[in-house]
Formats: sequence, C-alpha cells, structure tokens
Amino acid sequence: MNENQSNNGALVRVENVGKIFHRGSEDIHVLADLHLQVPAGEFLALMGPSGSGKTTLLNLIGGLDRPTKGSVVVAGERIDQLSDRTLAAWRARHVGFVFQLYNLMPVLTAERNVELPLLLTHLSKADRKKHVDAALAMVGLSHRAKHYPRTLSGGEQQRAGIARGIVTDPTLLLCDEPTGDLDRKAGNEILDLLQALNREHGKTIIMVTHDPHASARASRTVYLDKGQLSNEPVK
Amino acid sequence: MKFFHLIWSNLKRKKLRTSLTLLSIVVAFVLFGFLSSIQQALVGGVAMAGADRLIVRHKVSIIQLLPESYKARMERIPGVTLATHQTWFGGIYQDPKNFFMQNPVVPEEFLAMHPELVLSPEQKEAWLKTRTGAIVGRKTADRFHWKIGDKVPIQSTIWSTAAGNRTWEFDIVGIYDGEKKGTDTTPLFFRYDYFDEARQPGAKGLVGWYTIRVKDPAQAVEVAKLVDQEFENSAAETKTEPEGAFVQAWASQIGNIVLIVAAILGAVFFTILLVTGNTMAQAVRERTGELGVLKAIGFTNGQIVGLVLAESCLLTVLGGILGLGLAWLVISRGDPTSGLLPMFFFPTRDLLIGLGLSAALGLVTGIFPALQAMRLRVADALRRM
Ligand SMILES: Nc1ncnc2c1ncn2[C@@H]1O[C@H](COP(=O)(O)OP(=O)(O)O)[C@@H](O)[C@H]1O
Ligand SMILES: [Mg+2]
Repeated sequence: MNENQSNNGALVRVENVGKIFHRGSEDIHVLADLHLQVPAGEFLALMGPSGSGKTTLLNLIGGLDRPTKGSVVVAGERIDQLSDRTLAAWRARHVGFVFQLYNLMPVLTAERNVELPLLLTHLSKADRKKHVDAALAMVGLSHRAKHYPRTLSGGEQQRAGIARGIVTDPTLLLCDEPTGDLDRKAGNEILDLLQALNREHGKTIIMVTHDPHASARASRTVYLDKGQLSNEPVK
Repeated sequence: MKFFHLIWSNLKRKKLRTSLTLLSIVVAFVLFGFLSSIQQALVGGVAMAGADRLIVRHKVSIIQLLPESYKARMERIPGVTLATHQTWFGGIYQDPKNFFMQNPVVPEEFLAMHPELVLSPEQKEAWLKTRTGAIVGRKTADRFHWKIGDKVPIQSTIWSTAAGNRTWEFDIVGIYDGEKKGTDTTPLFFRYDYFDEARQPGAKGLVGWYTIRVKDPAQAVEVAKLVDQEFENSAAETKTEPEGAFVQAWASQIGNIVLIVAAILGAVFFTILLVTGNTMAQAVRERTGELGVLKAIGFTNGQIVGLVLAESCLLTVLGGILGLGLAWLVISRGDPTSGLLPMFFFPTRDLLIGLGLSAALGLVTGIFPALQAMRLRVADALRRM
C-alpha cells in the first residue's frame, strides 16, 4: 500500500509511452504519447478495434515488452528500464497473465499447470500444493485438478488459466481477451469469476476485450484507437 | 529437483519420436561398449606388459625354436638379471573352439619373472613337488569347472610323447589370479622338465622363446642389442624386443579391425548427433508458444536454457545408461569368441567415458535449440501459441 501512496494512488502509471515496431524497412507506430493510470483495486476494461495495439499496451504494463519511449511504472517501480533478468523476476512476483487461448501446457495436468509459477518461488512442495489447491478452489476447478487440458472444456481451461494467474497472489492480473474464445455462457462464468476476484479479493485487473458484455462488468472502460486512449468509444 | 516433472513431461510429449531417438542412442552406446571391450582385449596386453621385460625369439619367426642352452649365455650378459623360457604347446581341450594357451615353463624362474600372476605359497609348493603338475588361471578354471586335484587331458597339435601319443595329462595343482584386472588369467602353465623328458628325442632341449629381465628398463634397448649380438652367426639367431612391442605385434594383426570399428562408431555417433539434435530442434520449435508462456510467468532466459539442456541431457544420458548397461550385461558374460579374446571385459574407465560422452552428447545437441529458445522474445512467442 505504501508503494501505491507514493505513486499518487495509481498502481500502474503509463506516461508518454510510444511504441514503434519495425517490419523490414517499415515502421509501425502502434502507440503514441499514451497516458494511463490504473489505481489499485480497479477492474479496467481496455477496448478498441483489432490491431489497435491493445495487446501491445498490455505487454508493456506486464513487462513483456519495452516501450520505444516514455515510462511504465508499476507499484512504484520503473519497469521499462529493468534488465531482462530482473524483469523476469519482477513478472514472477507481480503479474499474472490470462490469455485468450488459455495457453496451458498440454503435457501437464491442470494442477501442474497452476503450480508452474510457484516453481519459481522458494515454497516447499507441501506449500506449493496448498497454494495450488486454494487457487483451484477459488476458480471452482478442484474436481478437475488431475485432468489434462485437452480433456477440459474451454471454460474449464480458462479457469485453470486464471488459477495459474492468481496462484502467486500477484499485484496485477492482466487478461487478454479472456472470453474471446468462449461461448456466451462460459464467458459469463469467467466474467463472474474475474468480478469476484476484483470485488472480494481486491485484485487489480486490466482486461482487454472486444465484447461490450465483458466491459460492462468492469469498473471503468478505456478505448484505444490510433495509438491514443480515450474514455469514449470511437465512432 | 522441482523442475524434473516438467522436463520429463516435455520429453514424453511425442512418445514415438522420443522412443526412436532413445533407441538409436541405446544402440550407439551398446556398440561403444563392445568396441571399448574389444579394443581393451586386443591392446590391453600392451599396457600390462612389464617395462623391464624383453622377449627373445628366433630371428626368422616365432615358431622357430631356440636351444635351451641360451639361458645361461643370456644371464651372463651385463644388465640381464633373469632369463626364462616358454614353448608354444598348441593344445586342445575337448574341442578346438575352446582355445586357451598352455605353455611348459620352469616353475620357479617363471613365477619370479611374472609377479603379476598371484599363486598361493602352498600351491606353488605343490607345483614344485608334482612333476605332472600344472597351474591354470582363474578364468579358464572357472570356465571348465576345474578344481585342484583334477586331471586334465590336453591334446597337443604340435608335440607328441616319446610313445607317439599326442594326449598329455596334467594334474591341476594351483589356480592363479591376476594382480590387476587386465592380467590374462586364461593360460595354463605346466612343468618343462616333465615336457622335455616326455617328448620325442629329436625335439629335446628346444624352447619357444625367452623372457629376460633387465636391471634397468632405461637400458632395455642396449641390452636387447647385446643379446642379439651374442647369438649372431649362430645356428639360431635371435630377435629381442620389449615385451610391450611383442604383444603389440600380436595385437596389430587385428589392430586394423579396431580402426575400422572405430570409424563405424564415429559415423554412428555423428548420426546420433544429428538425430538427437533434430529431435531437440523440433521439440523447441513446436513449443514456441509454451516457451513464451513460461517466460511470461517469469522463467529467466537462463532457466529456459537450463530446461532445454536438461531435457536433451536426460534423453541422452538415459540412452547412455541403458546402452552401457546392456553392453555391460552382455560383456560380463565373457569372451564371445570362446578364447580368442582372453581379456574381454568392460573397462571401468571406458564405462565412465561412455557416461561422460552421453552427457556431452546431450549438451551439444541441446545447446543450439536452447539458445534459440532463449532468444525468443516473449511478446513474439506468445503471438505464436
Ligand atoms: N512484434 C511485432 N512486429 C511487428 N508488428 C507488430 C508486432 N507486434 C504487433 N505488431 C503490430 O502492431 C499492431 C498492434 O498489434 P496488437 O497489439 O496485437 O493489436 P490488438 O491486440 O489491439 O489487436 C498490429 O498492427 C500488429 O500487426
Ligand atoms: Mg490482441
């Protein structure tokens, strides 16, 4: 909490960020002079047309990529200047990722998938098991713990993905179109779950989505277009 | 090792591919085991040869005989401390396939010359007392289940008795062991006095070759020259060589085979390198997205390299252990040629080299895919899930 206070209440501060990709001789300007502040405990929806740079922005906040210019500060730490090694350790400690296609390891059971981030901690085997069980219970997947991803439904796989994202109790949960590949019913269940994590467990969540049903669950929605954020959808 | 499950699961992902790769590694290491043992059997004698021993044989060839009287003349040469002789008996026990060497020797000087043959004092005593007595190495004794007190009939392909009989009978009075693992314990040695008295008159007093001991191994070459000079222009001129060279001459006859097999083994390992390398390269390529997830979760580049290397090493070391184990099992059953390779065993040194080789194979085949995995940028890798 101290960190947040020293950061004027914002857990995430993206300032003046630009991101340019190079493809051959071509420069692709994806983000330009972008600002974003996300206070702790917020459930933020990030919307925008396909290819507008939503994933790119999420990657910058999650320390998966670095901005071409500007700064990204999370919990008081300027992450865009960390070395690869430090950044990896920072991700392990502070961020949980949830992906559109779940991205589970097909060769591991649900519980082994959820355990993965804990392998990077100093927890004993018994403690890891406790955390895994708790995370699986939280997403309502305890009865599927020993199942392999291919035997789970899409909704169940995404629950496992969320359990993996929260098992280390990260500062931030970043979700990239978490319901994008699910039917309405399974999607709603996932949104219920994210909302509960936000309301009952105080998780700060940033969720990229296409879907107005999804963004309706968030406490705030921002729109990305032409490299800029706005509070109103683009017409 | 908490990452073991992850590594093992990755290896099991493509069971057929992993099994086939594993199988080829196993085959390579079985081959390696056999080659090492054959090589050891062929040239091991060279290393076992005494540095202070010279072999004196007839200048023309090893099958020409030398007079027994040379012994005294050799021992008078400065630098020579002892001379003793052996003769090729060329015997067959029951079946020509049961090859092992049997030579008549003069017991006391023979044992003094060959301290690497370990015989208990009681058995030595018994040999000195028994004219028809013979001592046999542990390997041959075990092979034919011979015990002390047994009478063994051996048919010589060269020597008949005065009575015209080719079958000689010996009393086993001792079983000797080798001082080192590589010592050949297949030959049988029996008494020269019994042999010389019993053989046909025309052959008496002739022996196969001499072993001499020199006071100073550094002077072996000069001593060898003196010995050959001593018998120059006599009816039986000599050729004197260090024992190692003598054994080497035997071995080099088959040495080319070693070279050929070594070349084959080289080719096999090169193939294994490509097969395993390909398996690992594919393994990494097909899980680009998963590697991205691991990186997103917080695995460092070092840990990613470690995971890939551990996987390739697990595969090759597993194959190495299985292959070497299999080779060891078969090799420990003994000489497959029933006698041609008396010192056929899997040298511990080569076993360790084999294990090292399997680990090295894992590192070499894993390093490029590992570096490739390391260089993957997270954001790019995730787009390829
Ligand atoms: N590594 C990259 N190299 C080149 N172009 C990229 C790279 N990553 C993303 N882009 C481009 O940046 C733009 C934004 O991509 P992205 O952030 O994935 O959009 P969104 O998630 O909003 O659909 C797209 O035009 C995409 O093609
Ligand atoms: Mg996207």
